[in-house]
Amino acid sequence: MTEPKEPRWARNLFSQLVDGGVTLFTHVPDAGNAALIRLAERHNETTAVLLSTEEEGVGICAGADLVGAHGVVCMQSSGVGNCINHLSLVKGGRFPIFLIVTMRGDYGEQNPWQYPMGQAVDAVLEAMGLLIFRVDSEADLETATGAALSACFKGGQGVALVLSQRFLGAKAF
Amino acid sequence: MTDRLLDRRELLPALLPDHEEYLLISGLAGASRDAAALTRESDNLFTMGGAMGSAVPIGLGMALSAPDRKIAVITGDGELLMNIGSLATVASVAPQNLSIVCIDNGQHGETGGQRGHTAERTDLELMARGAGIQATMTISRPDELDAAARFLRESPAPRFLWARVMAGPPSDWKRNWHLADRRTRFREASLKRD
Repeated sequence: MTEPKEPRWARNLFSQLVDGGVTLFTHVPDAGNAALIRLAERHNETTAVLLSTEEEGVGICAGADLVGAHGVVCMQSSGVGNCINHLSLVKGGRFPIFLIVTMRGDYGEQNPWQYPMGQAVDAVLEAMGLLIFRVDSEADLETATGAALSACFKGGQGVALVLSQRFLGAKAF
Repeated sequence: MTDRLLDRRELLPALLPDHEEYLLISGLAGASRDAAALTRESDNLFTMGGAMGSAVPIGLGMALSAPDRKIAVITGDGELLMNIGSLATVASVAPQNLSIVCIDNGQHGETGGQRGHTAERTDLELMARGAGIQATMTISRPDELDAAARFLRESPAPRFLWARVMAGPPSDWKRNWHLADRRTRFREASLKRD
């Protein structure tokens, strides 16, 4: 049986991250990051790490940085709130933390539970000093990912690549 | 629960006489003061003063990214409990080079000595085993220190040591609180060796 073919955007994003030196893909599962994580699980030079809460991913990526490696934290927007105090590592320690946030609670959302945190994502990330690279269409993805990689692992900034529901599509209930 | 007869200031020197061979991460408050006193704040130690709950994840990130180095996390009971799920994450990826030492004084020493869960019924070794970490050990007496040091050297990693210590002050070490500076020094030291 052949492996399922992942969407083109996920394959492109994964390749770009690997080319940018990313070896650790930490994640709390979300429909939006599922393909990216399957790619990380299959690749010989990347490791996918399942987290019990998103803030662990911030610490794991800080640990990777301390020994010269690059990681990303993949999460649904609801997980951004879980990370706040741990993002102190960005402003306080200049740790280059790279978040990949797949949005809920924005364009087309039907679940009322998702709106409060989804709508607070930008404010929370900016308050903690992260730069936001928002992707609203597949055409934005490569440019935004390249800019985020440069800002983070070359420029020493904390960044969030935010994949919106306008891009990913909204879940039907 | 057995009585706590360990003086925390004598714990780390007995457990990690070979600390220079490790990359070390220490959780906030007393754990970092004890670890800084052990190493005289050498560049193979990253001490924390916030981001409570991050010591185990940071150690795991180092362990996964530097598989040829020995990594030790020194944390307290309060910090560990704040992110106890990280033990499940450690167990699932099972790095062969990671040791976790929890210095448990049964209280929140940094904020005034308020009683903690481990002074009641919480058993951290059971929680580590329940998370799936197979090599675990509990000590509370000085005559167990040699066996604990051997456990850290010889048991299959990832390993978890629960050290139940007496209430009392941590080591008297005034550390460098500039975390960006400490990050730079740690990276330079860890990368130079590779």
